[in-house]
Amino acid sequence: MAREHSARDDDLPVVVRSLTVAYQQRPVLKDVNLSLPPGRLIGVIGPNGAGKSTMIKAILGMVPRLSGEVRIFGRPVAQARREVGYVPQRASVDWDFPTDVLDVVMMGRYGHLGLLRRPGARERSLAMEALEKVGMADFARRQISQLSGGQQQRVFLARALAQDARIYFMDEPFAGVDAATERAIIGLLTDLKARGRTVVVVHHDLQTVREYFDWLVLLNVRVLAAGPVERVFTPENLTHTYGGRLGSLALLAGAQPPARRSLGGD
Amino acid sequence: MFANALWVMSGTALLGLASGVLGVFALLRRRALMGDVLAHAALPGIVLAYMVTSAKAAGPLLVGAAATGVLGVLAMLAITRHSRLKEDSAMSLVLTVFFGLGIMLLGVVQRMPGGNQSGLDKYLFGQAAAIVPSDVRLITLIAALLCLMALLFYKEFKLLAFDPGFGAGLGFPMTALDLLLNLGIVVAVVIGLEAVGVVLMAALLTTPAVTARYWTNRLSVMLPLAGLFGALSGVAGTLASQVGPRMPTGPLIVLAASLFFFVSLLAAPQRGLLARLVRFLRTRARTRRSRLLEALYDLAEEAACPQTLAAASPEALSRRTGVPVGAVRRHLARLSREGLVDRVPAPAGLAGADAWKLTAAGVAEAYPLVREERLHLVCRMHEADLDGVQWDAGGRLVAAPETLRQLEALLVQHGMQPRLHPGDGA
Repeated sequence: MAREHSARDDDLPVVVRSLTVAYQQRPVLKDVNLSLPPGRLIGVIGPNGAGKSTMIKAILGMVPRLSGEVRIFGRPVAQARREVGYVPQRASVDWDFPTDVLDVVMMGRYGHLGLLRRPGARERSLAMEALEKVGMADFARRQISQLSGGQQQRVFLARALAQDARIYFMDEPFAGVDAATERAIIGLLTDLKARGRTVVVVHHDLQTVREYFDWLVLLNVRVLAAGPVERVFTPENLTHTYGGRLGSLALLAGAQPPARRSLGGD
Repeated sequence: MFANALWVMSGTALLGLASGVLGVFALLRRRALMGDVLAHAALPGIVLAYMVTSAKAAGPLLVGAAATGVLGVLAMLAITRHSRLKEDSAMSLVLTVFFGLGIMLLGVVQRMPGGNQSGLDKYLFGQAAAIVPSDVRLITLIAALLCLMALLFYKEFKLLAFDPGFGAGLGFPMTALDLLLNLGIVVAVVIGLEAVGVVLMAALLTTPAVTARYWTNRLSVMLPLAGLFGALSGVAGTLASQVGPRMPTGPLIVLAASLFFFVSLLAAPQRGLLARLVRFLRTRARTRRSRLLEALYDLAEEAACPQTLAAASPEALSRRTGVPVGAVRRHLARLSREGLVDRVPAPAGLAGADAWKLTAAGVAEAYPLVREERLHLVCRMHEADLDGVQWDAGGRLVAAPETLRQLEALLVQHGMQPRLHPGDGA
């Protein structure tokens, strides 16, 4: 990059400096500072109302910031749109829209096409690839109104995948999904990591943190800890984040499954 | 006279085409009422233009209409963006305020010295007969431009209608696209005002689009179809107005569009009411038949000795399956014609005069149904451990052989395997 001194920051997928966000009068995020490393599966955890979703939306410029600065690969979000894939909590679209699964997934390619250009054979094959990765290839020509909740979720994941972004933000993708969808999501995350993509996932199930992620952000209005799972996922940090309701949390963090230790790394 | 009718007809057909196509995007964007709002917002512009020019030439009046129409769009977008009002409230606000202003201005014109609203009220209800060849040329040009716009921005408008948030995330200028679509609707409304009028213009934007939705599940088909329904409405309405003297063309066009809608509502192949009724009745009949066969099978299975298949009265079967007794009797009669059930003398102590049991053929028929049903249950219990289990459109289980073996094992483990095999019994 041009400026020597900031070369390191420019390489990072996400850098957030003193971000504050408020709904009405109440601050939801206070003075958030965060640098996220590339090529990791990053979990964002914290109690309900801790501002997990808000943080993602503020990073993506979807909610107004009171103060602070966000850089994605060293650029303001507006200039980094194409590098960013976002899977919202529950996509609020009209499922009776006259279209099929493949067509929705192809929308992920629209950003690469730009204005006026039509999707063609290349877009179709990339969309099919994405559908295969989430186990929905057989549903390509299915009317979207005929999908179950989990299948809808997988279609939106495939659409994000087809987008081929460098960093993905997913808002509680595991919330209320069936087993097949959960497996599809895990497969997808592993695949993205293997391809060197960064994935930021808002998550609320502490049980699965070790299994899914290798990097962690503990959030409760402020960032309380951020780093590799085995360093950050400790009883002390969890008490700090979730308050006095420690109990089983300590046990959860205390139990170190040896199989996962190699994945984290510093 | 006849030549004039031809001009009017081509004008209304093109108008129907363009508004039908744009109406699809408005409808899918959940802004079906946008056309109504913009048509009403055009009224104050028409009256103001007349007050300024004191001439009733169509040109300046339509420019006025477009001006306040655009103002209406901007007001609508500003309200939804900067206030907490939802779109529907914003739309009703813009509609009533602008239309009220228009009506008030009409009153002012009436009281102006030399003023006379008689030429203006044709824009309230439309006067297609006044369409002249130069109008048709203008309508043709504008309709062609609007259709071209829909074609060029097909992908973007689809994104706007389906998931504008995602479109913005991809970096598309969604606000500008929204504005462009709404400006297109304003233009369609303006060229339609002379023929159909402020009050009924919305019907031409909404009805063909709603009608087209009944016939297809694909946006790429829905667009031309809505254009076709719009054009046909224009033609049919104009033709109908030629039948008698003083028949108003605009309302007849709207009636024709509504007729197409009602026919589609009833008779469309998949989404139509008749098709849905037929589908419902078929599903009900199939389900009741399966339930009865399953119930008879279960009874036979419960009776420890398969050689004497258990019999049941229609009343007992009705209680067991929840199917009304009358329907049970009808189905039993049909099943008996198919040789699947036999009537047996009612055993003592059994309620009702008659009793029925499965024949050997009936067992063979019921076996796969029962097996499928129980596999379904086991599937639900062990969903997390099973891979790739699906149900096809007919509700039949589709699974890999490996998974199927797994399911069979689970069935035995739960003691739910059907114990009465085809060939047993009778």
